[in-house]
Amino acid sequence: MTLTAPARTAPPPALPGRAPGARRAWRRASPYAYIAPFFTLFAAFGLFPLLYTAYVSLYRVELQTPGDMQWRGLGNYTALFADEFFWTSLRNTFTIGVLSTVPQLAMALGLAHLLNHRLRGRTFFRTAMLLPYATSVAAATLVFSQLYGRDFGLVNYVLGLVGTDPVDWQSGTFASQAAVSTIVIWRWTGYNALIYLAGMQSIPHELYEAAEMDGASRWRQFFHVTLPGLRPTIVFTAVVSTIGATQLFGEPLLFEGSLSGGISHQYQTLGLYMYEQGWGFFHLGRAAAVAWVMFLLIVLLVGANALIARRRTRKEAGR
Amino acid sequence: MSHARAAGRTAARLGAAALAAVLLAACGGSPEGAAGGADGKVTVTVDLFGSFGYEEAGLYAEYEKLHPGVTIKQTDTEDEADYWKSLQTRLAGGGGLADVQAIEVGRIASAVQQQADRFEDLRAYGAEGLKPGFPEAKWAAATGKDGRIVGLGTDVGPEAMCYRTDLLAQAGLPTDREELARRWSTWEGYLELGRQYQAKAPAKSAWIDSVGSLYSVMIGQQKERYYDASGTLIWDTNPALKAAWDASVSAAQSGLSAKLDQWSPQWNQAFAAGSFATLPCPAWMLGYIKGQAGEAGRGKWDVAKLPAGAGNWGGSYLAVPRAAKHKKEAYELIAWLTAPEQQAKLFRKQGNFPSASGAIAQIADATDPYFSGAPIGRIFGEAAKAAPVQVLGVHDQNIAQQITNALGEVERKGTAPEQAWGNAKKGVQNTVG
Repeated sequence: MTLTAPARTAPPPALPGRAPGARRAWRRASPYAYIAPFFTLFAAFGLFPLLYTAYVSLYRVELQTPGDMQWRGLGNYTALFADEFFWTSLRNTFTIGVLSTVPQLAMALGLAHLLNHRLRGRTFFRTAMLLPYATSVAAATLVFSQLYGRDFGLVNYVLGLVGTDPVDWQSGTFASQAAVSTIVIWRWTGYNALIYLAGMQSIPHELYEAAEMDGASRWRQFFHVTLPGLRPTIVFTAVVSTIGATQLFGEPLLFEGSLSGGISHQYQTLGLYMYEQGWGFFHLGRAAAVAWVMFLLIVLLVGANALIARRRTRKEAGR
Repeated sequence: MSHARAAGRTAARLGAAALAAVLLAACGGSPEGAAGGADGKVTVTVDLFGSFGYEEAGLYAEYEKLHPGVTIKQTDTEDEADYWKSLQTRLAGGGGLADVQAIEVGRIASAVQQQADRFEDLRAYGAEGLKPGFPEAKWAAATGKDGRIVGLGTDVGPEAMCYRTDLLAQAGLPTDREELARRWSTWEGYLELGRQYQAKAPAKSAWIDSVGSLYSVMIGQQKERYYDASGTLIWDTNPALKAAWDASVSAAQSGLSAKLDQWSPQWNQAFAAGSFATLPCPAWMLGYIKGQAGEAGRGKWDVAKLPAGAGNWGGSYLAVPRAAKHKKEAYELIAWLTAPEQQAKLFRKQGNFPSASGAIAQIADATDPYFSGAPIGRIFGEAAKAAPVQVLGVHDQNIAQQITNALGEVERKGTAPEQAWGNAKKGVQNTVG
């Protein structure tokens, strides 16, 4: 013990002068060492696939003959942009995204507002909110597609009771997109409501008290205290929902079990289009090109989102 | 069953689950298999799609009794499209393959032309000796240009017309299978009967389930469909294909169809509800009808000759992947399963029509009480004999899917036929591109 004690307080005499340097180097390097495990994994499972996908997208590669790669240059991309169904799926991704995200976030906000009040069994309701999120996409979609059956579905049965003609929820463009959107809405509204709830609870109570003293009604409080206070949270959920909507895949795939997203691609999203190219037709190069276009699209969307958010904040600050 | 997408798309929707099950099963199987050999006990894994019916017909149990020490473990993916996807992924990776893998006839060209090196050449096990027992065409489809044998034939899909006698009677139409066969000796006759049916049909009942199934049987009657013998794509200039398309469009526009999507849950429900009076049926469809219509349908169905001659829809092969663990045992199993005795037994129990010539003779007298005692052995036997030898191509399955999708547009959305044809063309472009 006594022998080692000096070593603890002073550098070992065998390395005079070098130790401070080594220590300094270590101090400088150690953060990198600490984050290395993450970045090693990220490089192996995130960065490498990303770059390799870009590489593959320049070749003609078929799943049946993956060893046989033919250089195509940007051919996969030009073929993609010349394909009408690509644009259809891009449009569908956008419309389904709007149809699902807007009502979902609006409803989540309303629900969070209700949950923020003192009410009986609050914990129960908060937990119940999260249940759809905990359900698997496959199970939820299978149930929904039964409900939306044209001839024997519950939805059309109820519509029939009020005297409406049955709707073909699979073939109709708007009908099928609306049906797919409801699955997304059902699954994600509760999740977003909880995030909003957390955001609402971090708004200082004094603000509400002050507003109340000024005679602001509940509604005015909601619009002038809650909403501004929630802005960062709303931006976050909008970004996450946008990414989710761009990648939407499971729901449209399992809705009818159709790779083409319905008989006339009426609800085929970009994710499903990529899957059809890759695992329906086995064109891996084409699928890789779609993947990169999707990636760039998401970067673009998120960038635009961040830009808008920043400009708003700056405006607020300048006010 | 042995054709693409025969089995319900219900399960297709469970694709992810099915894939996971297959992978798990494959993973679970390998260690046992590897441990095999030493104590003389071997587990042969068999990976199929749809329902081949081997297990149900008791063939595995029989084989295990004949070969002590051999255990057969089967995994099964309901939808052939999902099965093929998963098989392709595993072939590309070279792992997780079963000792026996099934291949649908619509895929056999792809397996033989593009992936022959991933499968065992069955000549090494003496498969050439089995050749005389099979019709030339069935055998040739699984044989490469260099003579390599990729798979052994299981069943074929000779086509007939299944119909509901009770519904036809209600509409005042004949129900006798011979008379019907005479009246619908041509497709025009069939559509004409359909118009008569539609005029007096019970409520919510249509003549045929979908125009997609009409198209599928009609194209099944052709020798050349999507490719010509040299392997060139000819589908969009093929007059026979256009004729099948036109007849399907005409059926759709005359309102003869129940507008159902084959293999969808709605289609399955429609069997019990009596939504359609006729269903073009390859032999393997009989088992499917029994499964969907259930006991309530017993005696209400019958089988007659197909309009305008014989055709074939579907059929399969069993192959041994190069990466299989027990190749010799696997070959012995598939040789036994595809032998005439076993194929005949399977037809009597499950309805899959044999491809082995010897088996066809054995089942000539078979009748089916479920189908009002129809002489299914004779009807399908004659159809199998007269069916054309089809030219197979790499993308057959996917092209057919694009065309039935486009017909669905005409049928369900009222899309103009020219526009739908254009959509099919673009879809095929994507498929083969």
